This record gives sequence, structure tokens and C-alpha cells, in this order.
Amino acid sequence: MSELLVKDKDIVVPGEVLAVGMDHLPGKGTYREDEKILAGQLGLVSIDGRAIKLIPMSGRYIPKTGDTIVCKVTDILMTGWRLDTNSAYSAVLSMKDATSDYIQRGADLTQYFNLGEWLVCKIVNVTSQKLVDVTMKGPGLRNLKGGRVFSVNTNKVPRIIGKQGSMVSMLKNATGCRITVGQNGWVWIDGEADKEVIVVEAIRKIEEESHTSGLTDKMKEYLEKVTGQKVTE
Amino acid sequence: MGYNKRIDGRKNDEMRKIEAKVGVIKRAEGSAYFRIGNTWAYAAVYGPRELFPKFKQNPGTGILRCSYNMMPFSSSHDRVRPGGSRRSKEISMVTEKALSPVLDLSQYPNSVVDVFIELPETEAGSRCAGITAAAMALADAGIAMKDLVAAVSVGRVDDKIVVDLDYSEEAYEGGPVADIPVAMMPNSGEITLLQMDGLISKEKLKEALGMAKKALKEINEIQKAALKDKYKVV
Amino acid sequence: MYREIRNHIIKNLKAGIRFDGRKALEYRKPITVEYGFTKTAEGSAKVTIGETEVICGIKTEIGKPYPDSPNEGTMMVGAEFLPLSNPEFEAGPPGIDSIELARVVDRGIRESKCIDFKSLCLEPGEKAWTIIIDICPLNDAGNLLDASALAALAALKDFRFPKLDEDGKIVYKEKGTEKIKLLCEPVECTVIKVGEFFIVDPIIDEQKAVDARLTVAVLRTEILLLCRKAEIVL
Repeated sequence: MSELLVKDKDIVVPGEVLAVGMDHLPGKGTYREDEKILAGQLGLVSIDGRAIKLIPMSGRYIPKTGDTIVCKVTDILMTGWRLDTNSAYSAVLSMKDATSDYIQRGADLTQYFNLGEWLVCKIVNVTSQKLVDVTMKGPGLRNLKGGRVFSVNTNKVPRIIGKQGSMVSMLKNATGCRITVGQNGWVWIDGEADKEVIVVEAIRKIEEESHTSGLTDKMKEYLEKVTGQKVTE
Repeated sequence: MGYNKRIDGRKNDEMRKIEAKVGVIKRAEGSAYFRIGNTWAYAAVYGPRELFPKFKQNPGTGILRCSYNMMPFSSSHDRVRPGGSRRSKEISMVTEKALSPVLDLSQYPNSVVDVFIELPETEAGSRCAGITAAAMALADAGIAMKDLVAAVSVGRVDDKIVVDLDYSEEAYEGGPVADIPVAMMPNSGEITLLQMDGLISKEKLKEALGMAKKALKEINEIQKAALKDKYKVV
Repeated sequence: MYREIRNHIIKNLKAGIRFDGRKALEYRKPITVEYGFTKTAEGSAKVTIGETEVICGIKTEIGKPYPDSPNEGTMMVGAEFLPLSNPEFEAGPPGIDSIELARVVDRGIRESKCIDFKSLCLEPGEKAWTIIIDICPLNDAGNLLDASALAALAALKDFRFPKLDEDGKIVYKEKGTEKIKLLCEPVECTVIKVGEFFIVDPIIDEQKAVDARLTVAVLRTEILLLCRKAEIVL
């Protein structure tokens, strides 16, 4: 006899028994011990057919190939730049991945990107020991001039971006701010001072209410209230 | 005569009043406090983050680093001088060993997960409170772990076996005392920390561990409830 | 390293608005004081300013007065930047920043003469109280200085002298009732300069962009310019 002990969207904690019996399959964030499937971390239960997996609610970013991230220049290397990725691992941007320009040997690399500057990069490779290579060649990848960066819960980034970027577009339309959400949980914004404050507060609200339904409509209503203007998605 | 009635009137298997809360330090990746009687432990988790000095890095896995510290005013006696003592170093080390068995840090090679335990108020059982708080903080930080860890001290006061000794029991002078801090993975019942100061017979030790197991199930339920309370859908 | 952030703070200040929406001379809300935070201290308090949280606890010892002031007790302020409160704080002995903080809090109390040190004397030339004020941040979201000074004042207001036994030793079991007489209540306020702008109660981003900093201790009736600190970071 198999028994499922949790429901979809339940919050479970490490070591909690999710199901007994062989009818269910342990997915991401869970593990099997004899007859039981248990939670291997804190998370939100997601049941898909026979598989039970957990959606993490917290935790730091771990670099993944293909992610677009916001980084900070922390050091100048012989042939490139070292970047802080808001994770346990720094990334390296090499000269050839940074620009198509020919850079003279021994040139002053701060001319291109200086210490403390923000960049949007794409991760091209992560080794098993978490050495991270990034590139600036690709659509939308650039040096973020001015603006400021604040951090959000990495696990909420998909909700902040929204389906096909719908949530971010709405925030941009409502406030006129430029916004870049990195998958590493760093969000860059630049706009009028009071509008930036609205963006930060709205994103904090999305983080808090990320697992409620009808979030886009709720946010639309919220933004219309605080800006006093009609908001388009 | 013997030790017939506990000094504070508790039953032999009764713990002091417990309170637990998760998400108490905003800047940390995960945090919690655990209060049992007049012992109060805060734990904050930072990381996984880059480990310095570099030679300590392990390319096979992330490592856990714990630090236990009593705040200077946390003792009911004299002020505790700041800066690590030999006692706090030892407790930091046993805390690491008590928590490591449940953690899976293989996803974070070369990195460190830091756990800082600070006690604003202590009165016996502080290492156990620290371990219990740290386990909640690690779960809150989203670290992969197969179970929580709960800890409590059990022991013997004269001829009685009791759980969660308070200071007056640790210092009981009417007969022999044994103080036994125990940390356990609640699911499997495996012990991850077992220390003892004092004398006890084999049979009595077994009885004490049986009582610890029961108490730790209770503590585990409190840990779970505190974690779920932070993440419940408003 | 922080040039980018400084430029943006200045740009927004030109519009009169800070990163969190405050005006230049506005403190975060709420500011709360919780007296008697830990029972093991003879006086304690927790202060919050926005998300910044600081605990202060006071212990006392009995010692010999200094030869040059045989009729006076003494006071000491210590601060530890606990690594649990900020990912950038490192474990280990107090760094220069925490020493500075302790000294600035010390001067606010000492120079405002809010404590009559003569009242701390038990036996001239022989025995006097030493008041030890320890500051421990729980969550550092900026402006630890003002929060710490307020916590120290609150802990002094909560302070009760412990009782003494026949031999003049401190009895820790019983709580005393006698308060310390405070002649005034110094509150510290820190102003920082970023570009051409002055702001109070800085958050972490603003602290990183600081050009200069000034801490002033104020009394209800007068302003004492006590502690002056300036720094150039860029």
C-alpha cells in the first residue's frame, strides 16, 4: 500500500516523510530510504504524476551554464576581469569574451571595465569545481552604466521576471526605470529616485507573495495605486 | 532519601519551557533562535561562500564551519571575557561534528558554510541549544540536508534520571551527578553527539538515552513548526 | 570600489530621496527599545532602528579604585562586531571599527557625566564597582553607532546593582533593586557626508559611500560636541 503524506504546495522541512511505498518517485530535493521518500531540504512540494519534487524557498545562487547574471568587477587580471557573481564562486571574463576590439598586450583594462562597475553577462561554462567563465557577447549583455544594485531571493527570480518577462515589463512601464534582473539574484535599476523606490518596494512584495496566485493582477493594482497611473503589462 | 523532587518542580522527563523562531537575523542566509528555560541560542548561517585561507578549500565538497560564542553578559555569574576560550573552541568543534552527518555540501565544492552561534543568556544546556538552533538555521538557508538535528542534555542527579538539567541540578551536591549532552537525527535515531561528565552505570545510561530520544522527538516537532511558521503562505 | 554606488546615491540625493525612500535627515522606523532583554545581565536592552538590531548588556565587578581617584568606581565599554550580524564581519579579536564604536559610546556616557562615578565607590581607596557595558550587534543593516549608544543608555536605565553577601562578594542568585543614578541621558546621532549632502541613519550602501562622518552626543537641553571622527574612503 502506497500513501502520499503531503499535498501539492505544502511546505516541508528536511527529514520530513513525504510518501510511503513504491508508487511514487523521488524527484529533486528528495531522497528515498527503503519504503519512504523524504525531504532533503526545506521546500515547497510539487507533485507531478508519480514524481514528488521540492521547489527551494531559500538558498544562495549556484552558477549554471546559460544563466544571465548581474556581476560586479572586483579585480583586474592579466588577461581579463574577475567578477563577483553573488555566489560562492567568482567568474572570469576574458578579453576575447569581453569585446571584439583588439586589445594591446599590457593595455589598461580598467579603460574597458573598471573596479566596482556592474556588468550583465552570460555564463558560458562552469567546471565541476565551479570555475566560471562568462561572456559579454550576446543580446542584452552589456556594461551597466550608473544605477544601483540590490539583492533578492534567487529562488524568486522567475516570479520577478514573470512569464516571457511580463512582470519586469510591467514594472518598467509603470515607473520608467531601466531594470535588469540577473538570475543570480542581483537586480540592477536606474531611473528617477522616487520611481526606483517604487520598483524596490514592488519587487519586495513579489518576493513575499511569490507563491500566491494571480500575482500579476495584484501587482498591476498595486502599481496603479502607488503611481496613480494606468499600468499596461 | 535521594533526589525525589526536581528543584524547579518539573517531572523527570519534562524539559524547561521552549520557544523557537526562524528568520530572526535578516542579513543571514538562514537564522533561528532556540530558547530552553533561561538558555537562549541564536544561530546565523552565511554561505556557501568563498573559503579563505585558500589552502583549507576542499575541491570535493563544501565544508561546514561552526563558531559557538557566549556573549559577555550571558553568564549568571561573572562577565565572560570576549574572545574565544578553550571551552568555546571545543564546543564549536563538537557542534560541527554533530551537524555534519546530515548535511550534503557536495554541490558546493571549495566553499564554506559558516554557522555562527551566539548566546545572549545561558543557564545549562547551551551547546545543545546552539546545535538545535543551528540545524534550523541551516534548513532556513536552503542547505541540502537529509534530516534536522535536535539536541538536549539528559543525566543523572543522585539516583534519578532526568532530562534537560538546569544549573542547580548540574551543581547538585546531595549526590553524584552525570550530565550527558545528546544530539540526534530524529528520523533514524542515530546519535551525532554524545558527551558525559560524571559517573553512571550502563543500565542507567541506556535509560537516559531512551529519555533523550523521546525528548528530542518533541524538540524536533518544535523545530519543524518554527520552520513552517516562517514560510507559511500569508 | 564604491565609486559607482556613491555617484548614484548623490544623483538620488539631488532629487532629495534616498535608496529606501527616506529624506536626508530622516531616521528609519520603527525605533524600539526593549528593556531587560537578557536576565543574566545586571542591566540589558535591545534596540532596533529599522532592520538594525543591537543588544547591550551590563555586568559588574568589584575592584580597587584607581590610586588617582580613590573615591570613584570605573566604567568600561566593549563592543564586538559579531560575524553573525553581518557577512563582512570576521571572527576573531575586536577589529579597529568595533574598538572605535566602543570608544565613541564610552565618550558619550563619560563626557556627558551621566554617571556619578563617586556613587560607585563602596570603600574609598579599597572597593568600588566596575560597570562593564558590552555591545553585541544582532543584525547590522547600518548605523550601528547610534543604535549602540541608545542600547547602552537603555541598559544603564535597566541596570540594578547586585546584592552583596556579608563578605562583600556579589550574590548572583538574587536580583538587586537599587538603580544607578543617571544625571542625564546622552543620545548619539551620527551624520555622514556623501558628496555635498549630509544624511543621518545611514544604511549599508550609504556607509560605503561615506566621505566624512561626525557623531554628536546630545542631551535634552544642550548639544555637546563630543566625538568627532572624520574619514576619507575614496
